[in-house]
Amino acid sequence: MQRAIALVDCNNFYVSCERVFQPGLEGKPVVVLSNNDGCVVSRSQEAKDLGVQMAAPWHQLKDLAKRHGIIALSSNYTLYADLSNRVMSLLARFSPQQEVYSIDESFLDLSGMPGNHDAYARHMRHTIRQCVGIPVCVGIAPSKTLAKLANHVAKKNPRFDGTCDFNAMDGNELDTLLATLPVGEVWGVGRRTAPKLEELGIRNVLDLKRTPPKQLRQRFSVVFERIVAELNGDACLQLEDVAPAKQQIICSRSFGMLTSSLADLEQAAIAYTTRAVEKLRQQHSIAGGIQIYIRTNPHRERDPQYQQAILVPLDEPGDDTRAFCRAALHGLRRIYRSGYAYQKVGVMLTHIIPAAARPITLFDDDAARQRSNALMNALDRINRKMGNGTVKLLGEGINQRWAMRNEHRSPRYTTEWDELALCRS
Amino acid sequence: MIHFNVDRSGAGMRTPHAALLSLTHPSRSMFEKQRALLRKAVPAGFPSPADDYVERRLSLDEHLIEHKESTFFMRVAGHSMLGLGIYDGDLLIVDRSIPAAHGCVVVAVIDGEFTVKQLLYTPQGKVLRAAHPDYPDVAIRAGQDFSIWGVVQWNVHKV
Repeated sequence: MQRAIALVDCNNFYVSCERVFQPGLEGKPVVVLSNNDGCVVSRSQEAKDLGVQMAAPWHQLKDLAKRHGIIALSSNYTLYADLSNRVMSLLARFSPQQEVYSIDESFLDLSGMPGNHDAYARHMRHTIRQCVGIPVCVGIAPSKTLAKLANHVAKKNPRFDGTCDFNAMDGNELDTLLATLPVGEVWGVGRRTAPKLEELGIRNVLDLKRTPPKQLRQRFSVVFERIVAELNGDACLQLEDVAPAKQQIICSRSFGMLTSSLADLEQAAIAYTTRAVEKLRQQHSIAGGIQIYIRTNPHRERDPQYQQAILVPLDEPGDDTRAFCRAALHGLRRIYRSGYAYQKVGVMLTHIIPAAARPITLFDDDAARQRSNALMNALDRINRKMGNGTVKLLGEGINQRWAMRNEHRSPRYTTEWDELALCRS
Repeated sequence: MIHFNVDRSGAGMRTPHAALLSLTHPSRSMFEKQRALLRKAVPAGFPSPADDYVERRLSLDEHLIEHKESTFFMRVAGHSMLGLGIYDGDLLIVDRSIPAAHGCVVVAVIDGEFTVKQLLYTPQGKVLRAAHPDYPDVAIRAGQDFSIWGVVQWNVHKV
């Protein structure tokens, strides 16, 4: 039986979310900016057509924006997460096996389902559009890697109108299509690898599909053998029903302003560490160390530049916010240099393992751990119920003057009673 | 249940059960622990006669929201729907998955703005009708920027 794996991908997801509640944005060039209004993270088709690049710094776009009336919005992750959950939950009805791959992408296994898969995909598209208001594209193929490409074709090639089923094409037709796709579009081929492949004469996806895997294995990694097999329709990657626990948890943001004060950096370090360790507990893991890094603003070329990172191991792996904050502050004070205007602090938890796999040590203090667990539990429960940051370490500061800008954030239409959309009557 | 009467003074130690216990040289604190456990083990009171009838308490979410993925809340601003009991500041429960039939109260988008009205299909085309004498019908012209956003299922009004 031929496998049929569908990849459903939301179009310009963040912009589409904004348009659900601000229909006036339809047809206009719109971009959503990263945390702190730094870079472009989502573009409407109209903005793409004006040449706005992904990850472009907003301050470089201000002239273009003024000329063409590009509307810039701060990111509203609360709204995006809610709409994403709705989309994923609707998609789950279409297949017994779903892998939620990212906030706006999901794999579905359609293998063995009777009927015309393309018609089924159109039905999915219509359902999501109708029920949540988000446009999606669907690609279907015998492997995940091909499904990604099918989705790309569904999105970019107007002939396919939003859905594309590689399984419904004969071999020649598919190969002709693959020959039109640059090799960099293949899932797993990075921006650095693509030019190396091109040097070998492997320019398009069909070239890569026809390359003997052994040749690639010698020059690149064993991963490429898998990619080639997947391009030939041999599914090597299975759908993962449960997202694997993250091996690294990162929390980093740019400041709303530049600061050279150690006190500001300390507050930010504590705030981000608190957030990261919360995520750690949510996935029932513990971590053995924390890396902290600071940097100045690389776009201000005339300013003196400095960046540094340090990894601080913990006495024992754990999930107590206080222990990580102590470690983060220790690290920060080691790498901090006065006289620089800092733009960003970040923390990353490392050496993450499941909480259940905690190693037993000679110096275990069960009573202390139980007290810590009880405190962290209480903290998480209160903050879940009453809102993030209801109870926090005082070290985060009360007046966070460095806190990020999000001047253009839309209301949280689906999660806050006093931010509901207004309906004229 | 006999253990329950173990006597800490030692007088009860001659009962067969106490003899069994004494083999392990029970300390006073062990006795206390055991007594506490035994006390707990005694079933307390009568079973509730309502036990068989316990059911989940009513949930408004369940009652008002048929399709949770496609249901959204909106706030009313204005007075044009007073005749249908929809007041300024009321909370609309809107389901996007429901097809908008003739006579439904809908949230429509006209020129990029949300409006709540009654939808009518007439021979001349779609009409949005208010429920207030001061607001005339709005006929949708061909090519006008118009769409139905969702169908109002409930209106929540604070008395």
